[in-house]
Amino acid sequence: MKVDKKDVEYVAMLARIELSEEEKELYSEQLSTILAFFDRLKEVDTENVQPTSHVVDLVNAYRSDQVRPGPGVEEVLANAPDRAQRFFRVPKILD
Amino acid sequence: MDLHEETIQGLHTKLARREVSSEEVTRHLLARISQLNPELNAYITVTEEEALAQAREADQRLANGDATSPLCGVPIAIKDNMNTRGVRTTCASRMLEHFVPPFDATAVRKLREAGAVFLGKTNMDEFAMGSSTEHSLFGPCRNPHDHERVPGGSSGGSACAVAADLCIAATGSDTGGSIRQPAAYCGVVGMKPTYGRVSRFGLVAFASSLDQIGPIAKDVTDCSLLLQALCGYDPCDSTSVDSAVPDFASFLTGDVRGLRIGIPGEYFIEGMDAEVEEAVRNGIRILEKEGARPVEISLPHTAYGIPVYYLIATAEASSNLARYDGVKYGFRAKGASDTLRQMYHRTRSEGFGAEVKRRIMLGTYALSSGYYDAYYRKAQQVCTLIRQDFVEAFQHCDVIVTPTVPSPAFPIGEKTGDPLQMYLLDIFTTTVNLAGLPGLSMPCGTTSGGLPVGMQILGRHFDEGTVLKTAFAFEQQTLTTSKTQA
Repeated sequence: MKVDKKDVEYVAMLARIELSEEEKELYSEQLSTILAFFDRLKEVDTENVQPTSHVVDLVNAYRSDQVRPGPGVEEVLANAPDRAQRFFRVPKILD
Repeated sequence: MDLHEETIQGLHTKLARREVSSEEVTRHLLARISQLNPELNAYITVTEEEALAQAREADQRLANGDATSPLCGVPIAIKDNMNTRGVRTTCASRMLEHFVPPFDATAVRKLREAGAVFLGKTNMDEFAMGSSTEHSLFGPCRNPHDHERVPGGSSGGSACAVAADLCIAATGSDTGGSIRQPAAYCGVVGMKPTYGRVSRFGLVAFASSLDQIGPIAKDVTDCSLLLQALCGYDPCDSTSVDSAVPDFASFLTGDVRGLRIGIPGEYFIEGMDAEVEEAVRNGIRILEKEGARPVEISLPHTAYGIPVYYLIATAEASSNLARYDGVKYGFRAKGASDTLRQMYHRTRSEGFGAEVKRRIMLGTYALSSGYYDAYYRKAQQVCTLIRQDFVEAFQHCDVIVTPTVPSPAFPIGEKTGDPLQMYLLDIFTTTVNLAGLPGLSMPCGTTSGGLPVGMQILGRHFDEGTVLKTAFAFEQQTLTTSKTQA
């Protein structure tokens, strides 16, 4: 599978990562090599095989919806890169 | 014996008898760390003050006659992807370089309650993505047996710290071999428990369907003691399994008579290191002499383990790492961003290293419209076949013995330019995560160049006991030394 520069730019946009021109070229080459190797999966007949999403037989884990103490506002905001009063501050959202 | 050479078991006896204090051992190890860590780079953060405070608390507990916990007063190291309350948890990434968690991971809390002393946080590949501990914001960690070589990864700092006696034992995490491979490269014992055995609450997520926390230790007994302290159901991790945890020590009998050892032909492949193969085959012969019975088995889908693993793990990683957006915690790109979206893009560009970006890209690609069925879903289907291989194999054997890695530790820098070559090293470890099985790596010899060789022992789901039993019996016969002249 060939991953060209346009593919890389599209995927980088989906992943919200800005890439330099050198990175785009490097990832185009490396992802192509890696995916070409992964194409060996096509050899395997999976016609009637169920996909595995989880290895242990677990059903949904429920708990009762009870209020429990959590970290306070100050504790939560302590790691914020930018804040205003009791809120996270971000650049404007609309273009 | 010098204090730093102690095991958990040996030190516990001395602490309980009050022959030595935890503060004394902790000071000794901190001094050793400050002497050797600048070269080895096993620790990212050393928590001297906190460690001494914990040690004094443990001494108090022991003075009060409470010596029930084998970990009480024992200095250990924590991998830097496990949240430690009030101590920065970086994942070796610029993204979390200054992140100070407001809570302990459950595994950390359990060790804290057991009275363990935390010396610091160990080096790793960024976000646990790598097999060499070269992809770290804080620089590569070195192999104590040969400083020009990698210690393996991603728990390379923990394995190095245990092998170089910079701690008594350590925690690691294993998504595709990240405990077992560095344990093999550094000549120590490391175990990935069954998926669901240990809570991952507070472990920074990489690939949630595969991640598991486990012990790295100097011998099998210590491995079982640390494992015992880590295991147990936790309502905070919805994948943790609510089943009884056996007393692992009861399996350390040395008796493997009648035990059926599966030997998969697919794990002794052309091109693998001849000395590694010989060391592992010799290990099997030793177990056979003790009365175990080797059985030829087949795991026919082994060759597909790498693509399946790297598709599933990167897909999950691309989703898990979406949370690093420069808003709630962690790094935000400096300078003005006109819009929120621009801030996201620049933050993630500057905050993640090259390997993490590569994996996010790969995973995003595999999940993207038009490729989902060909890659992600296909990988999940072949994963089912890999699991079934093990189910079938375990009808004929009780444990499976293989090499942990096809070759010994490689020189620093040798594989960083070729990611696929690095991925291929994980061929014998990734399938175990895909099947959710417990697996242990232990030293089984050294190459002519003096590098340790790791033997991997795999068991059925939730049968860590039989894995430890096998490992212990082997250790009793060999007493392979993992000591180095660090």
